[in-house]
Amino acid sequence: MQQTITTQRALSKISIIAAAMLFTLGAAASANAADEFKIGIVSFLSGQAADSFGVPAVNGAKVLIEAFNNGTAPAPYNKKGFGGMKIVPVYVDENGGATKQVQELRNLYERENVDVVVGYVGSGDCLAVAPVAEEMKRFLILYDCGTPRIFEEANYKYVFRTASHAAMDNVGAVRYLKARNVKIEGFNMINQDYAWGHDSLKDFTLSMQVLYPQSKALSDQRPKFGAGQYGTEISQLMSNPADVTHSSLWGGDLQAMILQAAPRGLFKKSQVVLTAADHVLTPLGDKMPDGVIIGARGAYGQMAPKSALNDWWWSEYQKANAGVYPVQAPYRMAQALMGLKLAVEKAMTANKKGGKPSIEQIAEALRGSEWEAPAGRIKMALGDGHQAIQAAAFGRTRYDAAKKMVVLDDIQRFAAECVNPPANMKSDEWIKAGFPGAKCN
Amino acid sequence: MNIALTIMIDGLTYASWLFIVALGLTLVFGVLKILNVAHGSFYALGAYAAASLVGWFASMQLAPELSLIAMLLAAVGVAVIVAPLCERGLLRIFYGRDEVLLVLVTYALFLILEDVTKIIWGVNPFYLSEPYALFGNVDIGKQSYVGYDFLLVIVAIVVGFIVWWGLNRTRIGKIVLAVIHSEEIAASMGVNVSRIYTLAFGTGIFLAALGGALTAPMISVQPGISVGVVILSFAVVIIGGLGSIPGAAIGALIVGIARSAAVHLMPVAELFSIYLVMAVVLMFRPEGLFQRSQARKI
Repeated sequence: MQQTITTQRALSKISIIAAAMLFTLGAAASANAADEFKIGIVSFLSGQAADSFGVPAVNGAKVLIEAFNNGTAPAPYNKKGFGGMKIVPVYVDENGGATKQVQELRNLYERENVDVVVGYVGSGDCLAVAPVAEEMKRFLILYDCGTPRIFEEANYKYVFRTASHAAMDNVGAVRYLKARNVKIEGFNMINQDYAWGHDSLKDFTLSMQVLYPQSKALSDQRPKFGAGQYGTEISQLMSNPADVTHSSLWGGDLQAMILQAAPRGLFKKSQVVLTAADHVLTPLGDKMPDGVIIGARGAYGQMAPKSALNDWWWSEYQKANAGVYPVQAPYRMAQALMGLKLAVEKAMTANKKGGKPSIEQIAEALRGSEWEAPAGRIKMALGDGHQAIQAAAFGRTRYDAAKKMVVLDDIQRFAAECVNPPANMKSDEWIKAGFPGAKCN
Repeated sequence: MNIALTIMIDGLTYASWLFIVALGLTLVFGVLKILNVAHGSFYALGAYAAASLVGWFASMQLAPELSLIAMLLAAVGVAVIVAPLCERGLLRIFYGRDEVLLVLVTYALFLILEDVTKIIWGVNPFYLSEPYALFGNVDIGKQSYVGYDFLLVIVAIVVGFIVWWGLNRTRIGKIVLAVIHSEEIAASMGVNVSRIYTLAFGTGIFLAALGGALTAPMISVQPGISVGVVILSFAVVIIGGLGSIPGAAIGALIVGIARSAAVHLMPVAELFSIYLVMAVVLMFRPEGLFQRSQARKI
């Protein structure tokens, strides 16, 4: 009997201690939740998009988050963390398809309790996760994907995209051809057989019809994503030689196409225009043909405008990444995190209770806002203030043997309002109508 | 140049690398009755190993022509080191179990090897485009082809002939055929079936790795290259008949030419064309073009 009572007392003590520990831990967790801002960062950490996009973007996020947390970023990003809250990133692999991403998004919000998710390179992934975040009333920033359909076919309150969509890349490419007085009677295209490729070829074709009305589309190649072998497509493109060959291929697909097409002379027979290619310049090096017109989905990398912010970003990224300079993916990640930081801090100022602002307050602060990023000014001008526009840039490749790198010549930047539709028009309607309201000077 | 000739040349070059890889897949199925989902991973390992070895040869300032030897050695290395590990260490445990289970085991192996590849080589791409330029260009009409593409055709013919000759004209080949027909009777006649399994699996993996090593100069070698090739290889062996070497050759040719014709004549139907051909073949020959109908064992 005595032993039973002793055991009960012991259990009771253990229960009290356990309860006290739980309470303490709970309080600490609560305090941490208030002092921290948790960001789920989703990008390709494996698969074919990892090398070109996912990993560089995450590398960029690490550089920037460390600088934010240490308060070492230049003004107006020099407050520690987000308004004093420590930024805690949670990195998730985007590889695995849209269905998996929807589940991962729910996990991030419900299990990891992240305040915001910043992510997604794949257009298909963006189209899948955006309605889910909206339904859950959780904050989502799409940092990279290109399809214009996100905000042209739906309205969102909690979803934002802090980079221009793909219409800019193709309108900009045709404007560059026109500005450089390239004569075009016929053009060929080779784009991947999914949302990104289809949107790209449509916008390029429509833009050509406006700026080169006499030109004709000759060939429209649509290899599947990750095809790897392009010998047949190259034969077909060379069977119908065109003045210009357009492509929005990217990553390993683009590198494989270049490696196979260059020795066969495609780049000598046709002026090749690659709308999203700055990320292959470093890995390809002297295997990148000279004279190719390339875009970077913004004024990124070598085509970024000179500014103190860009110099700082370039230098910090290179220091952390063995001298490799930043290209489009890390630039896009940087502008997403910078926009988010300013929006959170603005919402904190507006938050009369002080402390961490609500999702609604952050959304209100980000909607329609503008900020300076390394690539220039980002304006949340479309999709009722949820879709960014920004300047685009194009240039021509040249391998510099002395520098042992591909440099870009004839760089031309186009203002955001020159290559993006106005707020009240869909991209394809704007292009078909002849770019009404475009401001190119 | 006549478009038909262009289609034939493109189809032939595409079919050649596909045949080398699919031959390995069909050989493994023929002997071990395993539909090896991890076959693409061995293709990727061959490509990575070739990239590393060719890079090492270059750093030793050896003649560029020797890079072809390096590629061959890379494929041999994968077959000698990785294949026995997988076959003896994993697959052997599941022999005699349901075929569906074996498919799942090879799928697990595929996932494991994907990560192993990333652990060893990372996610950054590798290039070994020097061998691609070794044979210059061949001009046919308006087209300029890279000589290396035709080397692949020759290699595919030679490899196909060696495998056929090895199976049909050598003692060990006849033993392998005996195991294919009935492992129980072969075992009762004193054949070491286990050793034949290891040999056949190693040969199949060598062919996958050789396909990867030979393709490596044309692509950027990076994570994800294993997926597409295994799907195409499945299409080839299903068309030709699982376990049939002539079937793999004809299947690869059909896939190569169908795809080439679609790219030239109706690009939007490129992917569809391959599976349309497969569906048509399966409608009339469910067991594939070169697979004989077999009585079910009771």
